[in-house]
Amino acid sequence: MRHADFSILSLPRIIAGVLVASTIMLFAPHANAQTTLAAIKQRGSLLCGVDPGVPGFSFQDANGKYQGLDIDLCRAVAAAIFGDANKVDYRPLTAKARFAALQSGEIDLLVRDSGFNFTRNTQLGLEGAAINFYAGLAFLVKKSLGVKSAKEFNGATLCSIQGSTIETNTADYARANKIKINTVSFETSDEAQKAYLAGRCDIMCDDNGSLAGIRSQLPNPDEHVILPERISREPNAAFTRQGDEKFTILVKWTHYAMVAAEDLGVSSANVDEMRAKGTDPEMKRLLGVEDDFGAMIGLDKSWAYNVIKQVGNYGESYERHFGMSSPLKLPRGLNALWREGGLQYAPPFR
Amino acid sequence: MGSRLLTDRRTRDFAIQACLAIAIAVLIWFFVGNAVHNISKRHVTSGIDFLWSTAGFDIDETLIPWDPADTYARALLVGILNTMLVACVAVVLSTALGGLLAFMRVSGNPLADGSARAFVEFIRNTPELLQIIFWYFAILQPLPPPRQSLHLGQMLFLNVRGLYVAQPEFSDGGIAALFGLGFGALVLATLVVVRKKIAFAGGTIAIMCVLLPVGGAIVGCFTAGATLTWDMPRLQGFNFSGGFRLYPEFVALVLGLTIYSSAFISEIIRAGITGVQRGQVEAARSLGLPYPKVLRLIVIPQALRIIIPPLSSQYLNLVKGTSLAVAIGYPDIVQVFAGTVLNQSGRAIEVMAITMALYLCFSIFISMLMNLYNRRINRVSL
Repeated sequence: MRHADFSILSLPRIIAGVLVASTIMLFAPHANAQTTLAAIKQRGSLLCGVDPGVPGFSFQDANGKYQGLDIDLCRAVAAAIFGDANKVDYRPLTAKARFAALQSGEIDLLVRDSGFNFTRNTQLGLEGAAINFYAGLAFLVKKSLGVKSAKEFNGATLCSIQGSTIETNTADYARANKIKINTVSFETSDEAQKAYLAGRCDIMCDDNGSLAGIRSQLPNPDEHVILPERISREPNAAFTRQGDEKFTILVKWTHYAMVAAEDLGVSSANVDEMRAKGTDPEMKRLLGVEDDFGAMIGLDKSWAYNVIKQVGNYGESYERHFGMSSPLKLPRGLNALWREGGLQYAPPFR
Repeated sequence: MGSRLLTDRRTRDFAIQACLAIAIAVLIWFFVGNAVHNISKRHVTSGIDFLWSTAGFDIDETLIPWDPADTYARALLVGILNTMLVACVAVVLSTALGGLLAFMRVSGNPLADGSARAFVEFIRNTPELLQIIFWYFAILQPLPPPRQSLHLGQMLFLNVRGLYVAQPEFSDGGIAALFGLGFGALVLATLVVVRKKIAFAGGTIAIMCVLLPVGGAIVGCFTAGATLTWDMPRLQGFNFSGGFRLYPEFVALVLGLTIYSSAFISEIIRAGITGVQRGQVEAARSLGLPYPKVLRLIVIPQALRIIIPPLSSQYLNLVKGTSLAVAIGYPDIVQVFAGTVLNQSGRAIEVMAITMALYLCFSIFISMLMNLYNRRINRVSL
């Protein structure tokens, strides 16, 4: 019996096909030279990686709109680029997926209450473009436990979140103080909170900003207390990819524009007046009245004006999401301006 | 000549296969090269030397001693052992439960049949992950905090952190006890092998199964002059310490995997049983065999041929399903290694490659065992 006819799959054609296909594949993919800013402009929106939900930094309000200090920085960058703070597409990311999403180009910018540190800078190929919240890891416990200090934690159980700096920092703290803290690590903060409420753990840990947000969402916030210790330094930063310094610089100075605006007394309420009548030379440069600083970072003249007009200065943003008018009521502390004893300080616009 | 080579069937088949193999090799080479190129372009470091760095995080539930100062490699080992433990326990329990459900389905009793059917339909039509999370919080919610534990004397404590049981400890006769246990088991094995020559009643064997190894252990223990002490669970500060501890994460994961898989396994076993021709059972019954014997001698051996291949797939699903541990904080491979280690080290590609290779090894090992068993039962001719 004659074997089935493979006339279409004749040997020379197969070989030719394989060769052509592999040649195409070998030369096709490496071309990706477009800059981040050009890609954003072409797309018409900024892809911002954010936290799926932690009050203060990033959470969806009753209308499904993202709100928070991190969200404000995404909006500020969009306002600087497009003159429209609403041109942001948010990508809610788990702690585990966030850096891979940025490395792979899934997002342009990561503002996700993520601490900047040595290995993230040197090993992950990422840059901490701007530190928008200075925090430290703190502990949340039930008041009924009667614990006054984290030094009493020997033998206690901690509900941790995977992929965060919590797991290593708490282990470092326990080793340094020669105590044993048992850690159960959950994939999401939500599950960790549920397990904490069910009594599986004695302690919840997160940076003090996030922890204030978590506490405010617990059924009876007054039954829980945040202990005074800050066991680590957690500079929460906006992350960008290495290899595109221009975009990193843009994000960095967008944040500085918000801090400088607060320093110079410019707010969303008075920015029009200041642009028209202000006399301070730095303010004039910031708002694009004098010189064209925008052009130097690939933006138009009124980039910082748009940021302040649409998003506000750093103090306004903090007040909205963490301040005394918010449910979190977290004092500015380290996040106050440098002249009030905090760390928020913008290099001069000159 | 050339055209004859091309039209010759075997040559052509070989050429097509060779081309396909080359194409796949080129494809793999392309993907690896592409990944390496892009990783270096993004200023990300790579390699597996990170396995020897200090882990620096705590793992609560481990089968081997663990300290935060240990390496990532040891963390991986902790994860592997925990995955294997959960997989083994869940495979055994889900097979037992699945078998029970299957016999309820074929029993002919409407109540047993109906309830088993309702159970199977409900379980296999809801997502596994949701079931595991459900069991976890179903276990956690009703249990009291450590300071108000439920307890049986001072031997057994139950609270939201787990079940603590007093553990027997032998001072220095441990090895002698193990030796006695091994000797007892050896005697038992010999007896089973020569069983066909000596006629034992079925019950005697069952009793000896327990008596010989345990008796051997006890005798070994006392000849070495060992004394038995108990490691008692005690409340110390926040938690209990001492004794044997069963963690809620482990129990919830085993429960979730067992119940979910048992629904599928019961259907597989039922298919096997109903796949045996009715005539076989009727013939056996008419020969006067009692029903249990019909099952054991006629139905099960034939049903196994139908059951084993799909059952192997179900076991593979179960083993892979253990990775859902990550949702409830049970430290399996995915939670410890592909979760925490991946994040602390940032070596996503390496960590995921190692993790996938490990699951592949587990699965191939199980397939191999099941294929061996399948071949053995198929060798029996009808």
